[in-house]
Amino acid sequence: MTETKQIKYYLIKFQSVIALMLMCIVLSFMTDRFLTGENAWNVMRQISVNVVISVGMTLVILTGGIDLSVGSILAISGAVTAGMLKFGAEMPGLNIFLGFTLVGALVGGTLVGTFLGWFNGLTITKFKVPPFVATLAMLTIARGLTMLWTGGFPITGLGDNFAFIGTGWFLGIPMPVWISAVVVLAAVVLTKKTVLGRYIYAIGGNEKAAELSGLKIKKVKMIVYAIAGALSAIGGIIVTSRLDSAQPNAGFGFELDSIAAVVIGGTSLSGGKGTIMGTVQGALIIGILNNGLVLLNVSPFWQQVIKGLVILLAVVIEKLNSKEE
Amino acid sequence: MVKTNNLQPVLDIRNVSKDFSGVYALKNINMHIFPGKVTAIIGENGAGKSTLMKIVSGVHTDFEGEVTLNNEKINFKNPKQAAENGVVIIHQELNLIPHLSVTENVFLGQEITNKFGLLDYRKMYKKTAEILSKLKLEINPSTPVNQLRVGQQQLVEIARALFMDSKVLIMDEPTSAISDHEVELLFSIIKELRTKGVAIVYISHKINELFEIADSFEVLRDGKNAGSGEMKKTSHDDLIQMMVGRDITGSFKKEQITDGKEIIRVENLCFINPENKTDFLVKDVSFNLKKGEILGICGLMGSGRTEVLEAIFGLFPKYVSGDIYIKGKKQKIKNVNDAISAGIALVPEDRKLQGLILNMDVAKNTSLANLSEVSNYGFISSSKEKELGLEFRKKLNTKVPSENIEVQKLSGGNQQKVVIAKWLATNPKILLLDEPTRGIDVGAKTEIYNLINKLAAQGMGIIMVSSELPEILALSDNIIVLSESKLTGRFTNKEATEEKLMKAALVEKE
Repeated sequence: MTETKQIKYYLIKFQSVIALMLMCIVLSFMTDRFLTGENAWNVMRQISVNVVISVGMTLVILTGGIDLSVGSILAISGAVTAGMLKFGAEMPGLNIFLGFTLVGALVGGTLVGTFLGWFNGLTITKFKVPPFVATLAMLTIARGLTMLWTGGFPITGLGDNFAFIGTGWFLGIPMPVWISAVVVLAAVVLTKKTVLGRYIYAIGGNEKAAELSGLKIKKVKMIVYAIAGALSAIGGIIVTSRLDSAQPNAGFGFELDSIAAVVIGGTSLSGGKGTIMGTVQGALIIGILNNGLVLLNVSPFWQQVIKGLVILLAVVIEKLNSKEE
Repeated sequence: MVKTNNLQPVLDIRNVSKDFSGVYALKNINMHIFPGKVTAIIGENGAGKSTLMKIVSGVHTDFEGEVTLNNEKINFKNPKQAAENGVVIIHQELNLIPHLSVTENVFLGQEITNKFGLLDYRKMYKKTAEILSKLKLEINPSTPVNQLRVGQQQLVEIARALFMDSKVLIMDEPTSAISDHEVELLFSIIKELRTKGVAIVYISHKINELFEIADSFEVLRDGKNAGSGEMKKTSHDDLIQMMVGRDITGSFKKEQITDGKEIIRVENLCFINPENKTDFLVKDVSFNLKKGEILGICGLMGSGRTEVLEAIFGLFPKYVSGDIYIKGKKQKIKNVNDAISAGIALVPEDRKLQGLILNMDVAKNTSLANLSEVSNYGFISSSKEKELGLEFRKKLNTKVPSENIEVQKLSGGNQQKVVIAKWLATNPKILLLDEPTRGIDVGAKTEIYNLINKLAAQGMGIIMVSSELPEILALSDNIIVLSESKLTGRFTNKEATEEKLMKAALVEKE
C-alpha cells in the first residue's frame, strides 16, 4: 500500500518530466529526424523566446494576476530597438539627431518594455483595474504603437553585430539559449532565495494575510509587471535579431503559448503555487510537441487542435491529483 | 420542554450532535418547534444557534441524531431541498444579488415562466408588488437591490421567504439592521404568519423584543440545551443567567499586575463605516493599557470589537480618527508598517483568511512579517529562517508531522500558534488578539491561555477581543464592553461577572 502510494507520489511529482520523456521516446521511433543534435538545438532555440516571456508570465500568475500584453510589448520593444539602431532618433524641431550604439538600442528597447509593463502594474494597483482587462487594453495599445512606430512595414537590415544575438553561437550553444538560461537562472534565484520572491508567493497565496503582515502589495505587483514587460522586451530583441527584421505583427498570439507553458508547468492560475522550472518544462513540452507534429507532417490545423487538447489534459491531470490529496 | 396542549411539534430535533474536526459545536440537542408559535432561540456567540439552524435547513448534512418534519425523518441534501419541503431560512447575512432587481431576487430559483419557457416578467412584477404592499414597503419592484437601504434589503429577503410555502420559517437576527418602524412591520407579518399556523424560529440577541414577539424560548450554551420555557413565565435576568451559565471553562487564575507603566492610550477612537458614511463602526472609544496588562474587549458580533483592533492597527486610516499615544507619545499609524514599527501586532480573527499563507510551511509563515530579520541584501537565509521557525515552534509547542508540511494541513490550534508566532517574531510591545481561541480544541486553548499570561508577565501589553465570556473573565485585568459601536461598560477583573458583561453588551441604542 505504502509502496504504491510512494510510486504515485513520484509519478505526480515528475509528471511533466515523464510526459517529456514519453514524447521524446515516441517521436524518436516515429521519425528519423527527431533524435539529432541539429534538431535538439532547433527546438531549444525555438522555445527560448517563449521561455523568456513565460518566466515573466509565471511571476505575474504567481501573484494571482495575468498578462495578456506580452506579445504586443515584445513587438513594440523589438521595433523600437531596431528603429533606434537603424535610424537613431531625430527631433526635427530642435535639429537634433541622436545615433545609438548597439548597447544603447538594446537598453532603449528594454526600457520601453519595462515601462509598459510598469504601466500595467500601475493601472492594476492604483486604479484597481482587473489584470485581465488592464493587460488586454495594453495588448491593443502596444500593438497600435508598434504599427505607428513602424508605419506598418518591417524594419530590416540591422547589421551583423545585432544579428549575433539571435543567430550566433557561443561555446557551442546558440545565443538565445544562453539568454533564456540566464533569465531562468536569475528567476529561480529570485523566486527561491529572495525576499521579493517570497512576497510574490505570499501575495498570490493569500493577499489579505500578506497585507495584514505589512507587505507592500502594490509595490511588489508593480515590480512584477515591470519584470514581465522587461522580459517581453528581451524576447522581442531575440525575435528581431533572429529574423534581422522587426515585424509589425511580431509576437502575435504569444501570450497564449506563454500562458499554456505556465499552466502545463503546474502553476496555479489562482496564484501562490508554481515554479519557474515547471514553466520551463511546460515550454519544452509545447516546443517538442510543435516540432514533433511538424516532423510528422501533421497539418497545421490539426496541430492547433492537438495543442489545445494537451493543455486541457495537463490541467485535468493536475486537478485530479490535487483532489486526491 | 414546553408541552403545548394537543399540539404535535412540526419540527422535532432529537439528540442532535455535530462536530467540526473533533470539536463539538452541538451536543445532544433536543428541541420541539410547534406550528403557530414563535420559538425564540437564544445563546451567546458560538453557543451553536447557527450550526443548529444550518442542520435544520440542509446546509450541514452530516450530523448525529435525528430531525423530523411532521414525523418524517428529514434528510435534506441542500438548502433548496429544505425550502421545497417547507423549511425556509432567512439568513443574518443578506443573500441577495446586488445588481438584480427586487423582483428578480424574490423569484431567484423559483422563476415563473410562460409557455415558451421564457421568464414571465409581468406576472412576477405583479406578484412582487402585491407582497411588497403587504409588507408596506414602498419600493418599485424593478429597483436593483443595491440601491435599497440595508433595512429594506432585509425586508426583501423576508419577502422572498414569504413566497415559499413555508411550514417552518427560521429568522436569524432579522432585526439587526432594520429601523424601529420596519421592526413593527416585521412583527405584524410574523403575527399574521403565526395565525396561519407557520412555525417561526426566531433567533435574536435583543432580548427585549423577544418578550414582544416570542411565545417560548430555547437557550443554548456551549452547544448544549441550557433551558427552555414560556416567555410569559420568565424574566430578562433569568434568560441572561441561562445564557452565560455557571460553569467556567478551564481554571486560569490571572496573576494581577498593577504597577506597570502605560504603553498605549487610545482617545476618542472613531471608525466611520466605509459603506455608509453617516454610520460609525466605532464611536468615541477611549482606554489605556499598561505594561503587562491584559485588557479584555467583549461585545456581540457587530458591536465594533474587531474594528477597534483594526483601527489601532492602521488598516483603515481614511475612516479612523482619534489619538493614539504609545508610551505617552502621540503617534500617527497610517498603515500596517507604522503599526509594526510602533511595536503593535495583530493576530486577526480569521486565521485562514487573514492570518496564514496556507500553502507555505511553518517557518515561512513565521518569518513573513519580519523577513528582514532572516535576510541580507534581499536574500533570504534559509538556515536563519528555519532556526526562527524552530525557535517559535518550541516556544509555542507547535506540533507538526514534518518540517516542510503546509500549514493548511495542521490542526486549528497549531495553525493559531503559527499566526501568533509570526507576530511574536516581530518583537511586539503591544499584542492585539482577536478571538485567539476560536474553533480550537481544549488542549490548545489551555496552552494559548498560558502563553498569553506568560507574555503579559514578561511585560507585553495585551488587548484581547473574545466572545467567550469565561475566557475574558479568566484572563483580563480590566474589561471594556462594546455595544452598537459604543463603550457601554468598564470593569476591573474583580467587579466583572458574566451577568454584568452580558447586560452591558446588550445595551441597545436609545
